[in-house]
Amino acid sequence: MDSQAAPLPRRDFLTLATTATAAVGVGAFAWPFLDSLRPAGTDVGRLPIDVDVSAMKPGQQIAIVWRGNPVFITRRTPAALAALKQPALAPRLRDAASSAHQQPPYAANWHRSLSPEYGVVVGVCTHLGCVPGYMPDASASIPIENWPGGYACPCHGSKFDLAGRVFKGAPAPYNLPVPPHHMMAPGTLRVGENPPGETFDFGDIVQI
Amino acid sequence: MAKNTDLHETRQTVTYTGVAGWIDRRLPVLTGFRAEYITYRMPANLNWLWNFGAILTVVLMVMLATGLFLAIHYTPSAADAFASVEAIDRQVPSGWLLRSIHMTGASLFMAALYIHLFRGLYYGSYKQPRELLWITGLVLLCMVMLTAFAGYVLPWGQMSYWGADVVGKAVGAVPGIGGWLEHFLQGGDAPGDVSLHRLFILHFFMAFAVLGVVVVHVAVLHVAGSGNPKGIEPPAATVPFHPYYSAKDAAGLVLFITVFAVLVFFFPAIVAEPENYRPANPMHTPADIEPEWYFLPFYGILQSVPSKFGGLVVSVGAIGLLFLAPWLDTSPVRSARYRPVYRLGIVGLVVAFVTLGLVGRHHAEGIWMIVGRIATLVYYGHFLLVMPWSTRRERTLPAGVEGTP
Repeated sequence: MDSQAAPLPRRDFLTLATTATAAVGVGAFAWPFLDSLRPAGTDVGRLPIDVDVSAMKPGQQIAIVWRGNPVFITRRTPAALAALKQPALAPRLRDAASSAHQQPPYAANWHRSLSPEYGVVVGVCTHLGCVPGYMPDASASIPIENWPGGYACPCHGSKFDLAGRVFKGAPAPYNLPVPPHHMMAPGTLRVGENPPGETFDFGDIVQI
Repeated sequence: MAKNTDLHETRQTVTYTGVAGWIDRRLPVLTGFRAEYITYRMPANLNWLWNFGAILTVVLMVMLATGLFLAIHYTPSAADAFASVEAIDRQVPSGWLLRSIHMTGASLFMAALYIHLFRGLYYGSYKQPRELLWITGLVLLCMVMLTAFAGYVLPWGQMSYWGADVVGKAVGAVPGIGGWLEHFLQGGDAPGDVSLHRLFILHFFMAFAVLGVVVVHVAVLHVAGSGNPKGIEPPAATVPFHPYYSAKDAAGLVLFITVFAVLVFFFPAIVAEPENYRPANPMHTPADIEPEWYFLPFYGILQSVPSKFGGLVVSVGAIGLLFLAPWLDTSPVRSARYRPVYRLGIVGLVVAFVTLGLVGRHHAEGIWMIVGRIATLVYYGHFLLVMPWSTRRERTLPAGVEGTP
């Protein structure tokens, strides 16, 4: 028999079939190994957290951990709310109107929260992930000129106002994310769950 | 199939081109692989017992891979080890499967190792010029036993703890320095956090050390070449490794993997000891404590000897004797096929080994004590009596068998 005329000699076919079977076997065998690296049990870390805010004093901030990240809850003073509404502040901010999807629709307002009294933001700088420091007191020069009160990142100097809106002239590109939250009862804030009827998914925001 | 005494064929030299050629001229890995695994001459008459070298290599790879991924999830501390192993079984995705493969693999590794060792004894694989091959193999046996023991302690269940405790006490039986040595190796008065840390590192390190010695073992093998069931060398006929033995090894592997998979998926309880699913409790010893099946014959010897240190010496000596085989048996006839007396000795050895395994499962009292002592004598007798004695008697091949022994 002329071996050149045969389209696929028997030996080649056997080699090919054996190699293919072995490759499929090795591939299937690799699955449990890769599967074991899949993060498991994160559902527990993503459950909503109830926070008692009844004892918070005006101007006080508490930090909780949700989804492995710090979440800052602030009780704002009337002076702080007035500072957020200053017309002179908006031009200094990158995204004063919260147009980037960094918050639930019910927090896309001037105070970036459900009710103006309580601020809820994820305390992770949108630049490279450091935790910004809380500097609530207005100052003429510290940390920057005409500081209205807010957050200052220790790593690369990004600044945010008390609603987590980022200042221009610093590296952070987006406002601090706002997690889903609502008041369960007077004095009890639930972080990680939308108010009834809202469908915001925190996984859809631009970035933490 | 020409008769060929040169294992490393030089006629079919292939010149590699392109990137392969560039690398091969600088580091001849392709030429080397071709010489050792493609054109390499193998005896044509190998039986299925010669499959176990390849099987052991593959099981070792599987053990390394599963072990590495289990280590990612394991916590080597007395407080957390048990819970981390439970988490591997219950929470880590596919963790149960990796652990089941690793546990079953340990048993099958030892099983294949014992068959491989038997093959060597039966067909005289330890004889000149393969003494070093034999010794590296026995070094591997000892290393694998140590690795298996260390691995068994890691889940820190009841059997883990008491296994470590009994081994510690056995070390303590060494006269003079025993007590100090036990305390030193254990890192304390009883097995604890320090022991567990050390055994984890030992287990992890030994796994890769075994891989290194396997490389040496295979390198030594490729100098003298494989023996063969007839023991006549050079063999009457040789064939290239590929495709003849690559295909045969693959077929053996498929059968072996089938057994492996059936155990992993349908009978995981065969290799698992229920008592080890209770956390280690230094205040309570389980009722029936016995080692894994592959240590039972040596445990049987340990129990049969009515002296704590004596039992240890005779038990360890049972492995030590294997190292002396090339010098206890110097008969020029390799294969037990042509050695009736030696063959009888081997049968006795296997029966004694299995019997000692059964003895190891029982308390050393009554009939089991007597059976254990007889089996120990038979085991030792094969090496110290049958080997030297049959060397003098069995020096020629029977009439009708061609070749020089």
